[in-house]
Amino acid sequence: MTLLGTFALWTAFLIGLWGAVIGFSGRWRGRPELEATVTRSTYAVFLALVVASLALWKGLLTHDFNIQYVWAYTSRNLPTYFTVAAFWAGQKGSLLFWAVVLSLFASLAQLLTSNRHRPLLPYVAAVTQSVAVFFIAVMLFAENPFERMAFTPLDGRGLNPQLQNVGMVIHPPMLYLGYISITIPFAFAVAALLSRRLDTGWIHAIRKWTIVSWLFLSIGITLGMWWAYVELGWGGYWAWDPVENASFLPWLTMTAFLHSVMIQEKRGMLKRWNVALVIGTFMLSIFGTFITRSGVIASVHSFAQSEVGYFFLAFLVAAGVFAFTLLYTRWPELEAEVELESMVSREAAFLFNNLALVGIAFSVLWGTLFPILSELVRETKITVGPPFFNRVNIPLGLFLLALTGIGPLIAWRKASRANLRRQFVVPVAVGVLTLAALWAVGARNFYALVALGLAGFVTAAIAQEFWRGVRARGRMHAELPPVALIRLVSRNRRRYGGYIVHVAIVVYFVAFAGMAFKSDTEATLAPGESVTLASPFGHTYTLTHTGVSQYKALNRYVTAAAVRVERDGEDLGIMTSEKRQHFTVEAGQEVQSFEPSTEVAIRSDLQEDLYIVFAGAVAGTEEAVYRFTINPLVWWVWAGGFILVFGGIVTMWPGGAPVGAVRRVPQAGYGVSLAGAGAGASPDAK
Amino acid sequence: MKAGTKFLVVAAVIVAAVGYLIVAGVRQTGVYYFTPTELAQKAAQDSSFYELGVKVGGANVVPGSVRRDVATQQIDFRISDGRQEYPVSYRGIVPDTFTDADDIEVIVEGRLGRDGTFHATEVLAKCGSRYEAAEEDARRQA
Repeated sequence: MTLLGTFALWTAFLIGLWGAVIGFSGRWRGRPELEATVTRSTYAVFLALVVASLALWKGLLTHDFNIQYVWAYTSRNLPTYFTVAAFWAGQKGSLLFWAVVLSLFASLAQLLTSNRHRPLLPYVAAVTQSVAVFFIAVMLFAENPFERMAFTPLDGRGLNPQLQNVGMVIHPPMLYLGYISITIPFAFAVAALLSRRLDTGWIHAIRKWTIVSWLFLSIGITLGMWWAYVELGWGGYWAWDPVENASFLPWLTMTAFLHSVMIQEKRGMLKRWNVALVIGTFMLSIFGTFITRSGVIASVHSFAQSEVGYFFLAFLVAAGVFAFTLLYTRWPELEAEVELESMVSREAAFLFNNLALVGIAFSVLWGTLFPILSELVRETKITVGPPFFNRVNIPLGLFLLALTGIGPLIAWRKASRANLRRQFVVPVAVGVLTLAALWAVGARNFYALVALGLAGFVTAAIAQEFWRGVRARGRMHAELPPVALIRLVSRNRRRYGGYIVHVAIVVYFVAFAGMAFKSDTEATLAPGESVTLASPFGHTYTLTHTGVSQYKALNRYVTAAAVRVERDGEDLGIMTSEKRQHFTVEAGQEVQSFEPSTEVAIRSDLQEDLYIVFAGAVAGTEEAVYRFTINPLVWWVWAGGFILVFGGIVTMWPGGAPVGAVRRVPQAGYGVSLAGAGAGASPDAK
Repeated sequence: MKAGTKFLVVAAVIVAAVGYLIVAGVRQTGVYYFTPTELAQKAAQDSSFYELGVKVGGANVVPGSVRRDVATQQIDFRISDGRQEYPVSYRGIVPDTFTDADDIEVIVEGRLGRDGTFHATEVLAKCGSRYEAAEEDARRQA
């Protein structure tokens, strides 16, 4: 199987190389049969990589521990679904996963792109094949997943217990799908530059791809937050760790692109900016891989460090130089068609949105790289942590949140006083009332108050848009409100899907603001002893330690500590937090594998989470050390994730206006879409 | 003034604000990152490096040096980068990856006391074997 796998990799490598060379050379012009083979080479690479993937899965599922990768990440007592997911648990498998998914996307891009954009496709294939060839080359020359060892161990090392979590089965693939799919918009941008077809054609061709990759990134990041929250046990979901930042960076620039692209479609402005954003987003996705894989920056994630990072650095530099040089040579052809007419206009709101998003991206990049930069310049390493990121990004994030409300309300070109009055009176009033209500109940945290007040404003703004749309339909077509709502959304999917995503962003901000009010306590308790903890919503928790038990499960020893939870005198039952020690079986002996890991206990409701960490038992007794935390509004982070996905799907749902006929829709509000604010304001970290 | 010019002015203000936030943020929250050897050198040259918030990394826990008192959550251990060794005192919950068993790499944040003990406010354990070092072992065995 490993022979087949390696052979498949070589096949993919050579075909990919051929497709890239012919595609870039432009020799296919006027030779339809050659043009067709460039396109088809993406399918061939995909098939070869599918064969390689099946070979790796076969090795994993048949426990062929002679394969180094299988030995390193699985064991006989590992549940099957984790064995399947071990495909992307380590570096080598991740590379293969990346390559096979890239070639799938590349093939889909060739298959699904409409004929109008046909002239771009060979160049698109050239770019996607180059990227695929790079990943395959890294595998073949440095990190072959099919590498065998000189002997065959009886059992594997097993999968890290922290990766034995449902979130870990789906979080990395989602994030990878996001990273990988960015390659397609990048390929179209380069193809447009190479072929000098610089009208909005390429932008129409990638519209769905950009939303797809943005959605995958969003889902991946949210799942990562969830995984960190339930598995890592420090009580938060975002720590501004370099690896987290690496996933956030392309999300920010992609969000900026989703907005600025509307300005180009509608007004013919920002053409250079849009190309630069797509190139930048692609580079940030490769940069993310570089950070993750090289270990140049100390990170608690620090997995999978190796020399491979430098392959990525070289590739990053090469791709950046190539793409930006190409952009420079086409500079004059990307002149804006019109100029900005007024500062009080939707165009201006979008420009500020882009500035803020790119500003956040820059500050996150700067903070992430600061240890390296300071060492280069001043020869001392200075690190910045969560306080830095929160200080810089909370104000910028709130500015963005305000724009999320303003953008959809304000008129294109130049807003009149009448427009401003008609659109803003109600939302601003709601925002002010929200603020007053929160002040009245005693909330005093400045940023949290601003965030929640703005949340009220934006929510009212979106509700007003829906209300007016439904009312207009109701009058014109005599429809009942529910019917009118469904028809309204399905006739303007991009606009109303975008509003739904904005709702999700508001929900995220509210949840982040809630973390400003978290409270916690640590305690060492003998059985029967209890502590009380007050929550920001005014509840009082009484937490009573009931005892420690020890038992053996499938692949681990468990020490479990149980707590009886009472809230305001009402019994909420027992919550159990565990310390686990995993083991593997070698020659009939149980051998400890990995460090002990903690399973936290979480009780979640709409207001707050009770988060219990069992830190250990005092030796020889049933006394347990606990950390109890009340995390307000965490549930809403995950709710925001679901709303966001729903909005994204509405936006992309096929049908509605026929493709290419979008410009014919002349209504004022058309084109408002997707995702306003960045998740700049993660309130707390470890 | 044309709208384009006005926009550029406002944009410049925003860019300057972002720049200010970044510079001020680094000034006020930046923390030196030293190896134990570097910290010893700095402290010898300039006594203001005592009692100053720093991060110490590139160091490993000296095997067998960990003393835990679970009841008070007090943990004392020694870190070393091979040349310089410091005793570390910490109170709180350490991450699961922090063990005495094998040579784990740690990053400690806190301040170096004049008595030569490092008083940590945060301990991060970066266990090599956590995700990938298994691979190197395999190579060695293979």
